[in-house]
Amino acid sequence: MTVFLTLAGIIILATVAAGLWRILRGPEDAERMMAAQLLGSGGVAVLLLSAVISGIPAIIDIALSIALLAAFASAAFVLEAFGTRGDEPADRP
Amino acid sequence: MTLLPLYYGLLALLVIGVAWWTLVARETMAAVIGFIAYGMLLGLVWAGIASVDVALTEAAIGGGVTGVLLLRAAARLRPTEPAPHEKPGLVFRVLVGIFCAIVTIGLAVVVLFPTDPAPSLAIAAAEHLPALELGNPVTAVLIAYRALDTMLEKVVLLLALIGVWSLGPDRNWGGLPGRAPAVVTDSALTFLAKLLPPIGIVFGVYLLWTSADNPGGAFQGGTVLAAMWILAMMAGLRAPPAIGSRALRLLLLSGTITFIVVGFAGFLIAGGFLSYPAAFPKALILLIEIPMTLTIAVTLGLLVSGPAERDKTS
Amino acid sequence: MTLLLDAFTIVAVSAGTFFFVAGTVGLLRFPDTLSRLHALTKADNLGVGLIVLGLLPQATSLGMGIRLIGVWLLVQLAGATVSQLLARAAARRNGART
Repeated sequence: MTVFLTLAGIIILATVAAGLWRILRGPEDAERMMAAQLLGSGGVAVLLLSAVISGIPAIIDIALSIALLAAFASAAFVLEAFGTRGDEPADRP
Repeated sequence: MTLLPLYYGLLALLVIGVAWWTLVARETMAAVIGFIAYGMLLGLVWAGIASVDVALTEAAIGGGVTGVLLLRAAARLRPTEPAPHEKPGLVFRVLVGIFCAIVTIGLAVVVLFPTDPAPSLAIAAAEHLPALELGNPVTAVLIAYRALDTMLEKVVLLLALIGVWSLGPDRNWGGLPGRAPAVVTDSALTFLAKLLPPIGIVFGVYLLWTSADNPGGAFQGGTVLAAMWILAMMAGLRAPPAIGSRALRLLLLSGTITFIVVGFAGFLIAGGFLSYPAAFPKALILLIEIPMTLTIAVTLGLLVSGPAERDKTS
Repeated sequence: MTLLLDAFTIVAVSAGTFFFVAGTVGLLRFPDTLSRLHALTKADNLGVGLIVLGLLPQATSLGMGIRLIGVWLLVQLAGATVSQLLARAAARRNGART
């Protein structure tokens, strides 16, 4: 089981690494932030797997912090990068 | 068969790759996003070597609060950003190269030729845990063995805040920090800023409470609380306080003052500065940690908010 | 019983890993910001969700299980709101309002 979970962790980490290519390429900051968001989710998944693999449940707390603060950082990014202090698009009639 | 070396190798490559990219990124905003990603990856590295306390700090500070601080700075500096072709002079680059080489060689020597046995205070640190009624050796080091360092760390935070405050124009001294936020009507942001802080506050308090026996601590908890406060201010749900406010300044000092009071009380009840009596160490440790968490949260929140740029009335 | 639970873990974690791979392929291959965002949210919600589901039988205590579910709920909430924010900002920037 440990080998299988480690393998899953490696695949997710490698996938996220490929996604980081987006940070490199952009073309816009929105894409870059999406890649960072994907890294956050991938990091959360990898941490949960390693909490079970290593038998250290406290690692779940790191995953909780990353999930909480990634949302906070992304919200700040949208505000600062786009100056989103305007109105929202009228999405309802 | 174990796949762990493969996992660590991949993680190390990723950290180096992201660090390199952050350095060569042309736009400041892109570099800041790289830095946030780097902070999250370092969290994975610390978790990988079972340093959960450090990983928690790195995730909260590197990926969260420092990231937002830099995002704000980058957004603000955008109009003054130098043209991409501007490069530092040759002498500067050579100097930086020499210093980097020295650091690399020093680290290589430490890693490649380790002393045997490695110097460690781990056994001595674990030995006295029962006397302190604590289970987490990291908390014991921070709050008992090296309590003076932890107290001075709060003073450093305060000095940093004074440095930030002194950047504001004189006429606004004591006023509201940061530029006036425009009215935010993005309902998704309002939703997030209303729903996330209650969860974050519970989690921040949990990190403080659990730190007696499990990974966590006042700094990690305080950082999470600060992030939630900043989120509410960003969404316009809470106005930042005027930096001249008496109550605010008391909060900023409460952690350090409690520390000093308990420290001097140590002369009377335990025979030394910052000594804890054998009868009730844990109660005193909590008494210090609670105001300290609040002080950390308020200081970090105000550091991100910036110097006073508006009058109290605006 | 343990065998059955382990099999469940393997199936769910594999499915979660698959969604991470699919989400990343989408992020790399899709033509515009909004469809890339669509791919990303699949990795967020289904990827993390299925991995949490798969790890639940391996939890050693009730508290660990509760925190695992907590992580998933938090990722759901964050992913949903942040993707809204990003999508609105991108739509405003491109002037591609609907």
